[in-house]
Amino acid sequence: MAEPATATQAAAPAVPQLKDELDIVIPTIRNLDFLEMWRPFFEPYHLIIVQDGDPSKIIKVPDGFDYELYNRNDINRILGPKASCISFKDSACRCFGYMVSKKKYIYTIDDDCFVAKDPSGKAINALEQHIKNLLSPSTPFFFNTLYDPFREGADFVRGYPFSLREGVPTAVSHGLWLNIPDYDAPTQLVKPLERNTRYVDAVLTIPKGTLFPMCGMNLAFDRELIGPAMYFGLMGDGQPIGRYDDMWAGWCVKVICDHLGLGVKTGLPYIYHSKASNPFVNLRKEYKGIFWQEEIIPFFQQSVLPKDCTTVQKCYIELAKQVKEKLSKVDPYFDKLADAMVTWIEAWDELNPAGASLANGKAA
Amino acid sequence: MSLEIKDDEIDIVIGAVSSDMTSFLNEWRPIFSRFHLIIVKDPDLKEELKIPEGFNLDVYTKSDIDRVVGSSTSILFSGYSCRYFGYLVSLKKYIISVDNDCLPARDNKGFLVDAVAQHITNLTTPATPFFFNTLYDPFSEGADFVRGYPFSLRSGVKCALSCGLWLNLADHDAPTQALKTRQRNSRYVDAVITVPARALAPISGINIAFDREVVGPALVPALRLAGEGKFRWETMEDIWSGMCVKVVCDHLGLGVKSGLPYVWRTDRGDAISSLKKEWEGVKLMEEVVPFFQSVRLPRTATTAEDCVVEVAKAVKEQLGSTDPVFARAAGAMLDWVKLWKSVGSSSSPPGV
Repeated sequence: MAEPATATQAAAPAVPQLKDELDIVIPTIRNLDFLEMWRPFFEPYHLIIVQDGDPSKIIKVPDGFDYELYNRNDINRILGPKASCISFKDSACRCFGYMVSKKKYIYTIDDDCFVAKDPSGKAINALEQHIKNLLSPSTPFFFNTLYDPFREGADFVRGYPFSLREGVPTAVSHGLWLNIPDYDAPTQLVKPLERNTRYVDAVLTIPKGTLFPMCGMNLAFDRELIGPAMYFGLMGDGQPIGRYDDMWAGWCVKVICDHLGLGVKTGLPYIYHSKASNPFVNLRKEYKGIFWQEEIIPFFQQSVLPKDCTTVQKCYIELAKQVKEKLSKVDPYFDKLADAMVTWIEAWDELNPAGASLANGKAA
Repeated sequence: MSLEIKDDEIDIVIGAVSSDMTSFLNEWRPIFSRFHLIIVKDPDLKEELKIPEGFNLDVYTKSDIDRVVGSSTSILFSGYSCRYFGYLVSLKKYIISVDNDCLPARDNKGFLVDAVAQHITNLTTPATPFFFNTLYDPFSEGADFVRGYPFSLRSGVKCALSCGLWLNLADHDAPTQALKTRQRNSRYVDAVITVPARALAPISGINIAFDREVVGPALVPALRLAGEGKFRWETMEDIWSGMCVKVVCDHLGLGVKSGLPYVWRTDRGDAISSLKKEWEGVKLMEEVVPFFQSVRLPRTATTAEDCVVEVAKAVKEQLGSTDPVFARAAGAMLDWVKLWKSVGSSSSPPGV
């Protein structure tokens, strides 16, 4: 039976890696009590809290954390009319945090995710593992049957061409979850008691040309390499769909990573996911997505980006064009989404002018 | 959700590249004794095979091979490739094959791994090559498809090949093992995954299982290195065969799984001596991989045999002039398909 680690068991590394180069983005609507448990691992890092829901509510951040907090009023103020691309009343609003960050790396985690334990009972420093994943190459062009060859105790197997052993830069590190698995509503309804207790001690690169469902609960990425593609779409209030924010970002990200020769890893680290959301609420949110994804997946699988798309932004604008052309007929929602994708890039470029590197922002 | 498999639908094929099979078979006895075994003796091996009592097995030696395929074609089956003869003459639907220097492994909890049972589970539950499931094999106990996995892809496809892994001496090439002489694989990764469509992988022959009826002809004893020897570091035949099978499976809409079960591979040989003697295989992979990544099979190829013939044609055209070893491989692939059609039979139903 999977259990979360207790705070006293957590042993922080002597030197927190990348502490001035990584921001932790957390969307929240309730409270941030969960941060107490993560304190030994998170305290050295700067936090960006994106408050969803009622902006008049005060979210208390535990003492000792260095953070900036944005609510809906801040988002509207900072982005003006472009704020329309940021979801309201959905954790998809977290991507605003990616946009305002000034760091190279982002780690995002949900507020119902606790520290997990590995099979030996030791608390897992998820952030440390994500950093290892991001700082070592990926191998998307040929599958290594012993998983990540750059991990301690592993290597490339016989037959792996030497010319492919340098790998490519890793853009995304996708972590997993013990306890409540990330199932869709129908599966949750059929298997309400299923818990993920299997600790799979592997990190692997998802091969080029293969899509996957990217979950935003425990996710890290190189913002400089792929940030602009991490738009979490239009979800929540006023939208016909929910719980497809991270999925949408993941499909866009993978197509672009494949095009630009960047890698996506999945596997370790695990966090302990404590809260199972209501499956009936989830079903209502996901319902359209379940049908739409049958069209969306072939769309992404067949998407080809032209050679002159050499930056993430160019790739993303091109994808938005293709979404408008090919998916609008599925539902007018995609027409709106395509427009929002363009707005997102415009907002990103405004807040992140090329060449500028600034200190952490402050939500005034 | 898995298919029902009876013990008598399975053959366990072991290539005897060394003569003393006693400790190997005795260690595997608790797992193997229920099944029919086919032991194929490497035709180059001079010593008599030592085989303990109590197994239901058939042993094939050089004279059997010569008799069945003719002495000119029997060259296909020397060294590690002797096992392919076993695949050819088997009458069963499923084959499981491990190198004879591999013993049963223990899992993370210390239990003996029933590699046969795991391979059978892999082959009888669907594979999911068209979309990656982040919780790995959705058909294993306690797992399922994750949110965002399209429902139309959840029934999966037939799994034709199951590739297991190795604890202790992992299947690294000679340069890697020579560099890390003391490195041993102690990481037991509790997962089975489907190798995605169009993704190629070096499919080691050390610990595999497959549906003989569906892909038997695609496991080809074709790529023989000039200096091929009696250690895995000195061979590439299985890697070539594995790429061929993956391309064929991708074309025919079949699945390939990798991961569990583990076997324990005993320390044998010296990577540095192998490296001094032979590293042609390492060089050849630089040609082999781009070739297989680009090969496209026509729609008219609807069986494994058809596919192998097409691949052989492509090998001859594109790689034949690069190195004589490829021209020979193309020829061997065609010989193999001919043999398969004349000698290989489909499995007979139980009791016949």
